[in-house]
Amino acid sequence: MDIKDIIKPENLVYTKTKLMTDNALSYCPGCGHGTAHRLTMEVIEEMGVEADTIGVAPVGCSVLAYDFMNVDMQQAAHGRAPALATAISRTWPDKYVFTYQGDGDLAAIGTAETIHACNRGENIVIIFVNNGIYGMTGGQMAPTTLPGMPSSTSPYGRDTAKMGFPLKMTELIANLPGVYSVTRQAVHTPKHVRKAKKAIRQAFENTRLKRGLSFVEIVSNCNSGWKMTPNQANEWLEENMLSFYELGDIKVEGQLVKK
Amino acid sequence: MAKIKGAIVVDIEKCKGCEVCVPACPSDVIGMSKEVNGKGYHYAYMANPDACTGCSNCAIVCPDGVISVYKVKMD
Amino acid sequence: MAELKLMKGNEAIAEAAIRAGVDAYFGYPITPQSEVIEYLMSEQPEFRTGMVVLQAESEVAAINMVYGAAGTGKKVLTSSSSPGISLKQEGISYLAGAELPAVILNVVRGGPGLGTIQPSQADYFQSVKGGGHGDYHMYVLAPASVQEMADFVEDAFEMAYKYLTPVLILSDGIIGQMMEKVYLKDQQPRWTDEEIQKISGKWATTGRIGGRERNIITSLDLQSEKMEARVHRLQAKYKKMAEEDLRFEKIQCDDAEYLIVAYGSSARIAQKTVDLAREKGIKVGLFRPITLFPFPKNQLMEMTKQVKGILSVELNMGQMVEDIRLSVEHKVPVEHFGRTGGIIHTPEEVLAALEQKIIKR
Repeated sequence: MDIKDIIKPENLVYTKTKLMTDNALSYCPGCGHGTAHRLTMEVIEEMGVEADTIGVAPVGCSVLAYDFMNVDMQQAAHGRAPALATAISRTWPDKYVFTYQGDGDLAAIGTAETIHACNRGENIVIIFVNNGIYGMTGGQMAPTTLPGMPSSTSPYGRDTAKMGFPLKMTELIANLPGVYSVTRQAVHTPKHVRKAKKAIRQAFENTRLKRGLSFVEIVSNCNSGWKMTPNQANEWLEENMLSFYELGDIKVEGQLVKK
Repeated sequence: MAKIKGAIVVDIEKCKGCEVCVPACPSDVIGMSKEVNGKGYHYAYMANPDACTGCSNCAIVCPDGVISVYKVKMD
Repeated sequence: MAELKLMKGNEAIAEAAIRAGVDAYFGYPITPQSEVIEYLMSEQPEFRTGMVVLQAESEVAAINMVYGAAGTGKKVLTSSSSPGISLKQEGISYLAGAELPAVILNVVRGGPGLGTIQPSQADYFQSVKGGGHGDYHMYVLAPASVQEMADFVEDAFEMAYKYLTPVLILSDGIIGQMMEKVYLKDQQPRWTDEEIQKISGKWATTGRIGGRERNIITSLDLQSEKMEARVHRLQAKYKKMAEEDLRFEKIQCDDAEYLIVAYGSSARIAQKTVDLAREKGIKVGLFRPITLFPFPKNQLMEMTKQVKGILSVELNMGQMVEDIRLSVEHKVPVEHFGRTGGIIHTPEEVLAALEQKIIKR
């Protein structure tokens, strides 16, 4: 069979969702942000709720998320996305409100806003992309940088005696009684992408049922910051990040399933 | 027995040549072009089109969403 | 029918906000303005009007909640006092940059630092010059009575939506804490979702209702030309504010040979000074700016044709006096008098300062 006979509209099984704009993504080649954006938008499209969805973009690499996600979006001051989402959700209780934040935004400057929005059990989804580094500003140490991991502000590796330990925000969040669901996923292989999408779908279903706060961490790469090729970075992620940031559900329907 | 045949279409100008799709393909279909696109990237293409089953693995890991997948069942 | 009540300034503004149909209040307690959130929490406006009231974890979170709700076209209010307003400056700058309507109340206390919980007007510079980073201003209203605390809520929201800008009600610990009679307006309904679509549907992020193009709330323009255009757009608003929405009050100015300029609680005190001076045969007038930004500079310049000197009376070490000097371009002597650290000047002290610094000069 000729390829031309396969490539016909009726045979299309996968293409980019219309809820991703045609703007070229500003991310480095191979960066997991693009995949995480697309999964989020695929879920919104499949649920048919784009007219009721309001997203909040952070400061960091994904500051321009609103250029790519084809839903109403607000751009927050650094770390404050959960405060915006709180207010949007409180004043529009029937809307689907989500934040999309990196590890610097969520786990450093926005620690207070994150913890308190979670603790209040706001009916929102928080998507937390953790690549262990500050990408946008050029590869500085993040609260999530692994012990011994080099960055431009820990050039000899993260010395935990001087620089503190990596912060597992997701486990910390899971222990707050206001939080309904917490999961940690990845998007570097097709298998992980499929699982991550299911987790994001579950999070937005929780919003539909007004169950409260759903927190989805996505362990991702930063090949530019890590100074690797994209595929090397994905292998390094598998070998190093995932042994520290273990994948899987941490809290389901308000119950801790993993300590 | 029904045989499944697939094909992919790459949005060449949007491909950043990251190669994440290459190991994601279980059938070694994808290669990187010798030519570069307008941005200077070696873009992904079907180097071995006959092996494509239309499984979509490449498309769903593509960070830039530049791959569309087509599939037919052949009797 | 207006209802007459005896209330604290802080309570009056909270009640007026409910009656004005405000959709949400986000705040954090700080003396001397905690009565605002305490009143709202005890009044439970969610049952009266559906208004949301939330105690945030910090002033930083509160102002960013304001940004979030304002970005959806909701009428949203926050309040704080000086150190808390400093914390809010980042968010206020974002509100101005993203061109969002919101109302912020500052019940000023003495500073710098933790300062004192006593009244002050030492936040004038912060209020009228921008306060946070970037080229922006807020529209600034300065109430001088409990009645104005209540009345300025509606006025502030009208300006916030006319100009799509954060509006500051610059009060102080005297006005916030003192009790006076106040006429409260009738309850206004909150805007319906349909009204919000009509008023703010072009820009508000309410979801892509009807499949419209997405709306984006941001203060970011990475292209310099676009960012410059955004700043020019803000400056055009400020020009229009000065032309259309400048407010001031002149008291006994018709025959005045000397002028006191004062706003807020200092204007109340200075009004008594005017009476004391006139008892002594000194013709003094009081000029009270009601908007501190825009500032009534042409009107002050006009006064220089008539008065021999101007005393700026402020509960600080001399802030508004700089704007008065810029306004009158050294046509007449301009001096400052004020107490600080939480001390409130008396009418007699002000009169003595006027005689010493202006009349006997």
